[in-house]
Amino acid sequence: MPLAWQGRPLTFMEVCGTHTMAVARTGLASLLPATVRLISGPGCPVCVTPVGFIDHALALAALPNVTLTTFGDLMRVPGSTSATSAGAATAFSSTAASASPMAGVPTPTSASWSTGRASLLYAKALGADVRVIYSPREAVAFAAAHPAREVVFLGVGFETTAPAVAAALLAAKQRGLRNFTVLAAHKTIPEAMALLAGASDLAVDGFLCPGHVSIVLGPEAFVPLAERFGRACAIAGFEAEEILRGLASLIAQVGAGKPRVDNCYGGAVRLGGNPRARALLAEVFEPCDSAWRGLGTIAHSGLAIRAAFAALDAAKRFAVALPEPREPAGCRCGEVLRGVLDPRACPLFARACTPDTPVGACMVSSEGSCAARYQYGLEAAS
Amino acid sequence: MCVAVPMRVVSIKGQEAVVSAGGAELTAALDLVENVALGDYVIVHAGYAIQVLTAEEARETLAIFARLEL
Amino acid sequence: MSAAPDRGGAGVGGNASAAPGRGGAGVGSGASAADVVLLGHGGGGRLSHDLVTEHFVAKLGNPALNALTDAAVLGELALTTDSFVVTPRFFAGGDLGRLAVCGTVNDLAMMGAVPLGLAAAFILEEGLPIAELDRLVDSMAAAAREANVAVVTGDTKVVPHGACDGVFVTMSGVGRLTENFRPTPARIAAGDAVLVTGTLADHGIAVLACREGIGLRGDLASDVAPLGGLVALLREAGVSVHAMRDPTRGGVAQSLIELADAAGVRIEIDEATLPVRKAVRAACELLGLDPLYVANEGKALVILPAAEVERALALMRTHPLGRGAARIGRALAGEPGCTLRTLLGTRRTLRMAAGELLPRIC
Repeated sequence: MPLAWQGRPLTFMEVCGTHTMAVARTGLASLLPATVRLISGPGCPVCVTPVGFIDHALALAALPNVTLTTFGDLMRVPGSTSATSAGAATAFSSTAASASPMAGVPTPTSASWSTGRASLLYAKALGADVRVIYSPREAVAFAAAHPAREVVFLGVGFETTAPAVAAALLAAKQRGLRNFTVLAAHKTIPEAMALLAGASDLAVDGFLCPGHVSIVLGPEAFVPLAERFGRACAIAGFEAEEILRGLASLIAQVGAGKPRVDNCYGGAVRLGGNPRARALLAEVFEPCDSAWRGLGTIAHSGLAIRAAFAALDAAKRFAVALPEPREPAGCRCGEVLRGVLDPRACPLFARACTPDTPVGACMVSSEGSCAARYQYGLEAAS
Repeated sequence: MCVAVPMRVVSIKGQEAVVSAGGAELTAALDLVENVALGDYVIVHAGYAIQVLTAEEARETLAIFARLEL
Repeated sequence: MSAAPDRGGAGVGGNASAAPGRGGAGVGSGASAADVVLLGHGGGGRLSHDLVTEHFVAKLGNPALNALTDAAVLGELALTTDSFVVTPRFFAGGDLGRLAVCGTVNDLAMMGAVPLGLAAAFILEEGLPIAELDRLVDSMAAAAREANVAVVTGDTKVVPHGACDGVFVTMSGVGRLTENFRPTPARIAAGDAVLVTGTLADHGIAVLACREGIGLRGDLASDVAPLGGLVALLREAGVSVHAMRDPTRGGVAQSLIELADAAGVRIEIDEATLPVRKAVRAACELLGLDPLYVANEGKALVILPAAEVERALALMRTHPLGRGAARIGRALAGEPGCTLRTLLGTRRTLRMAAGELLPRIC
């Protein structure tokens, strides 16, 4: 079976940040023949969340008594407002003065944080109570233990993470907590994959499907990609040999001209997925249209907190003034996320845009394509 | 980031289990899974078990990690 | 999750997954983007490196400082200082008191110096229980005996409640160098072998497991220990050692990048040869960390001529702190930096870590 049968390399796209990092960390792409290309798509939930979410989080962090809890990836993502925003600087300082356990520490009087943009990390450096956690359960436990604090959890992630947040919201409601809210920006991946499968500027022969999203959704979620769009699909685990196995399946499917969904992560992914996780999702969230950086607004690709849980929805609970959202000038994260631009081809890559001086989210998310390229710079990368 | 190593259930108390891999243990919530038994393996994400596997089902993935010395 | 906000630095290494910055001498994005000090400046990675070079060395510069070795060489003497702000103060395998002694004597040992004396400066927070202070000082005393050195002078300051977190210790140390045992990075040559005295990431993982709300437990303990005895074995046997470094904050990766830069060589290490305890590897997997970037407090990198490897390994393995000694790589001629040869056989450049440890989620 000749691999380059269309006169171009076979192109497969992965849509999972963990796959992005695993491929980069192991240098796996350099083992592939020139006739097979593996590209990264919008698999990093932090990267595809528009800048307005960070602005919203920063505005909440500036409120008195707010403890903002978040996964670590969001900490260094730049928002819209630039550094010399004196109002913001003092807002964080005043939050610290009223809330901090270290009450004796003098708060900075004149603080600007950089020539770049504000981020949660800088807000924390200036005194905002922002805490990195591993699980939404920690946020719920903290809220229960500190009734005087308003605990906000930043809900970002695909279908692997959203059920955990749903469970946490349910638990908080059942416990009658009045000081726990979630600022939700969860998204669902199959609709984005369908958009890409139909995109005219992107020739993708198949998808490496996300292993843990598949645990929740089941292989069925990707069947339309094979049947309606004719794309090969293979669900793969996260170690190098599992990814290679997935790629082998994709190549074989293309060669046979028979696209399907091949579950190569059979130990963990079952037909039907995880019904209980999906039931919890459906109880707490409902589908909504959602804006994706680089892909525009995709119908039914987001998860909004249902009305029954409005009291735990941070967007409804707190009225904050939000700045006009401003994506950073010159940032091409959108094209990177669509898979049409290799990070190294971005003029800002490794020059103006580095992990310590990021322009866009793709460079600072721990699953961002640009971060993967930068961090795991391959010897003689071709 | 998805943590791929299946973790063995060493004790269950209500809606929580202590799970172990390679000598490191943590506590995982069981809200998202059903019928978890001691000796089963779970995939854990953000502090919650998202899938339960029998030892047999976990075998293949465990073998991969064994090769990586985990 | 504890009631106190996060605290950074303090012996916990950088997070590889938080995108390490560029390695290589003089190659950087210029001044750090921050106009305020960030926790990342204490993390031991790129930000720390930049703060030291751009704000301290640039202003204080002199030959001894510019070398940026573990301890400064002043004729026959070596001088070093370290601050200790670890939290929690007591962790599996050690505590702040033990760490303060070992961290400082190890910096002397890495230069081949025999410690002459330690100076301990304490900053204590009003309200700290005296019993806790006693526990720490007892531990400090025990570590000093183990390291064959005395705390000969010190200082104490007390600050109001909230102005520091419990106990901060600055420990300085002076040691004597011998004529024919003066390891220093500049002596590393292409063809040298790179050894490590034992398993990676034990300390950082132990502290992180205690500190975070993840509820991570297990066979995890800090490796904090004084390395003078192990180094003495090599010195007294006349083993030719070119350079040594204890890979603390930033882990083995940070140390090797810095050593390679200082020596102008390419260091290549093999992922397959890195010794990591099973529980530590599992914990790294769960926390999303790369053992190469996690702090160690009882290990040393030893770089020496290839011909000395077998003898050095045999000697070290007779010592309790060197049982797990292993060869992990080599120095080559080439563009300065550190390369990792992965399990798959591919190669990639190790970068300095950016910022502070952050847990990740999908």
